[in-house]
Amino acid sequence: MTAVLYVPRDSAARSVGADAVAQAIADEAAARGADVKIVRNGSRGMFWLEPLVEVETAAGRVAYGPVAAEDVPSLFDAGLLAGDGHHALALGLTEEIPFLKHQERLTFARVGVIDPLDLASLSAWGGLDGLKAALEMDGAAICAAIAESGLRGRGGAGFPAGIKWKTVHDQPTGQKYICCNADEGDSGTFADRMIMEGDPFTLIEGMAIAGLAVGAEDGYIYIRSEYPDAIATMRAAAELMEQAGWLGADIGGSGKTFRLHVRRGAGAYICGEESSMLESLEGKRGTVRAKPPIPAIHGLFGKPTVVNNVLTLATVPVILAKGADYYKGFGMGRSRGTKPFQLAGNIRHGGLVEKAFGVTLRQLIEEFGGGTASGRPFRAAQVGGPLGAYVDAAMLDLETDYENFAGNDAMLGHGGIVVFDDSVDMAAMARFAFEFCEIESCGKCTPCRIGAVRGKETVEKIQRGENVDANLELVADLCETMRDGSLCAMGGLTPMPVLSAMRLFPEDFNTTPLMAAE
Amino acid sequence: MIEAENAPPPAGAVAEATAICARHGNDPAALLEILHDLQEETGFVPEATLPAIASALNLSRAEVHGVVSFYHDYRRAPAGPVVVKLCRAEACQSMGALALIETVCAARGIKLGGTSEDGVTIEPVYCLGNCALAPAAMVNGRLVGRADAARLDTAVREARS
Ligand SMILES: Cc1cc2nc3c(=O)[nH]c(=O)nc-3n(C[C@H](O)[C@H](O)[C@H](O)COP(=O)(O)O)c2cc1C
Ligand code: SF4
Ligand code: FES
Repeated sequence: MTAVLYVPRDSAARSVGADAVAQAIADEAAARGADVKIVRNGSRGMFWLEPLVEVETAAGRVAYGPVAAEDVPSLFDAGLLAGDGHHALALGLTEEIPFLKHQERLTFARVGVIDPLDLASLSAWGGLDGLKAALEMDGAAICAAIAESGLRGRGGAGFPAGIKWKTVHDQPTGQKYICCNADEGDSGTFADRMIMEGDPFTLIEGMAIAGLAVGAEDGYIYIRSEYPDAIATMRAAAELMEQAGWLGADIGGSGKTFRLHVRRGAGAYICGEESSMLESLEGKRGTVRAKPPIPAIHGLFGKPTVVNNVLTLATVPVILAKGADYYKGFGMGRSRGTKPFQLAGNIRHGGLVEKAFGVTLRQLIEEFGGGTASGRPFRAAQVGGPLGAYVDAAMLDLETDYENFAGNDAMLGHGGIVVFDDSVDMAAMARFAFEFCEIESCGKCTPCRIGAVRGKETVEKIQRGENVDANLELVADLCETMRDGSLCAMGGLTPMPVLSAMRLFPEDFNTTPLMAAE
Repeated sequence: MIEAENAPPPAGAVAEATAICARHGNDPAALLEILHDLQEETGFVPEATLPAIASALNLSRAEVHGVVSFYHDYRRAPAGPVVVKLCRAEACQSMGALALIETVCAARGIKLGGTSEDGVTIEPVYCLGNCALAPAAMVNGRLVGRADAARLDTAVREARS
């Protein structure tokens, strides 16, 4: 009998040796005359266990990890192919691993489970059910279902997807576009990458549904160039979907058209901002456009355009397949459904946790994440990317909900959580926030372009102990100017990490005593 | 350390650029893709190709120059045969990325952004989406997780062979 094994092809798993492990398993099996089939799946998102090897058994998939190529002979000796759990690396049934078991995976239901490019087996896993349902509905009904589900943009601002879609739907017919924002530039985020590498079909399906909903026949996916594996996987998946008739001139035999174009970014954080992304897709410098008009009315090439994040679009199929009420049943307050959180940085169990809104930071960092990787005390976490606020230990019981975070001077953003232990210097992190803005500003407005440079210099003075009080005040002033005078959230939100660091960790900003003039 | 600003174009680069534009239907919206393709072929975006690209896409030279200079990816001069990108964003910093960058640059006797005598270019990058396996690096397009000096040396050796 053929033994079926899974070794991820996710680039993070490969970054710690998954290719060598897959090769070692193939070699060892050949040497022993064993009949094996190795499936290269996406990642389950338990990165401290990567490379995670799974074996199919009658009881379910059994996991081993983290596996190194050198471990393979001993794993075979210990009955790997039968999923015999007698090895130091054996983890039991994959689905029973607490990190995975306590999640609520809707968007990520198939990531790490399936071969991301095996279209033939997709329907067995519920693939394309959402698109098939959408093909039976008219555009207005699809928009209404998305609105009813409560789905809000997962890329940062949390704007209701249904309202955005309806705006585009209500524009006069003609050329319209669906643009998927796969720029994912935030530190601490990798969920978009995992979807694209682990279940690209669900994203394409979501984009096609969006096209049907608003009357757009062309979709663009803008993927950052730092993600070569995701780009290759998305291109391959689009090709397979087209061959199977799920993309192109007659999707699913419906007579409806949806074409997908994969485009690369070129290393500019600001191109994640939607209007800057549109400029970039038009082949221009990625400078931010003034609003209004909003992209829903005047978007790509001046046409009505839906711009949504990868996770937003990848969540659409499950909503259509299982119904708006099913999705709405998860979450709290006005934050409905589930949110893929990403645990990163100095954390023992880093990875992807998809959970209904409302889960606390403490549950995420301590229960799922297992605390710091260094074993030293937790000191701070930055939530929501480089423009997100720092939180301290006293804020860990915050429930994850858009409004709740906003009310506490913080933001959820794309759901990245970057953990720091007590060795972090928060003045250095505040300085870095300004430096990052300096490097990545599109340069269009003065508060952001110049403010970031001045801010960095001023924090450096504080770090050196020069006129600390006056300079702290200057930073606060500068932050106010950036917040109020910037055209977009790059300059407008850089004050978030800076001010939160100053507010919560004042001791790091005046450790050096004031020096008298020398 | 090899200094490299606006290096002279390799022979045939201008013809190459024109051909790449044609392959993209001389579509100005494809400019980023065109520049990526050119850089893959030529190793950088030679200044001398800009007029040809501008004319093929019906853009001004200033517009093309504006795009090339806006994006961090495009090079004005060739990099070494091995490019090591080291992440210095927050998650990687929390795991000691800045110290790692210093160590790696010092070992090769260069500053961040430079190219060593043995042809290794070391550049900063801001997040590679491998933040749960920080510090992260990328060596000629391949991710390296939990990077340290030894793992990076191995990756550089593999990239050379
Ligand atoms: C500086 C900046 C960077 C951004 N980067 C991203 C990004 O990488 N991915 C993303 O989806 N949205 C990003 N956004 C938010 C987008 O502008 C936009 O709100 C989002 O793509 C809309 O999709 P959603 O409603 O599905 O979230 C960024 C915004 C700003 C101001
Ligand atoms: S705030 Fe910064 S990034 Fe945003 S438009 Fe102004 S200069 Fe550009
Ligand atoms: S912060 Fe370094 S890989 Fe994301």
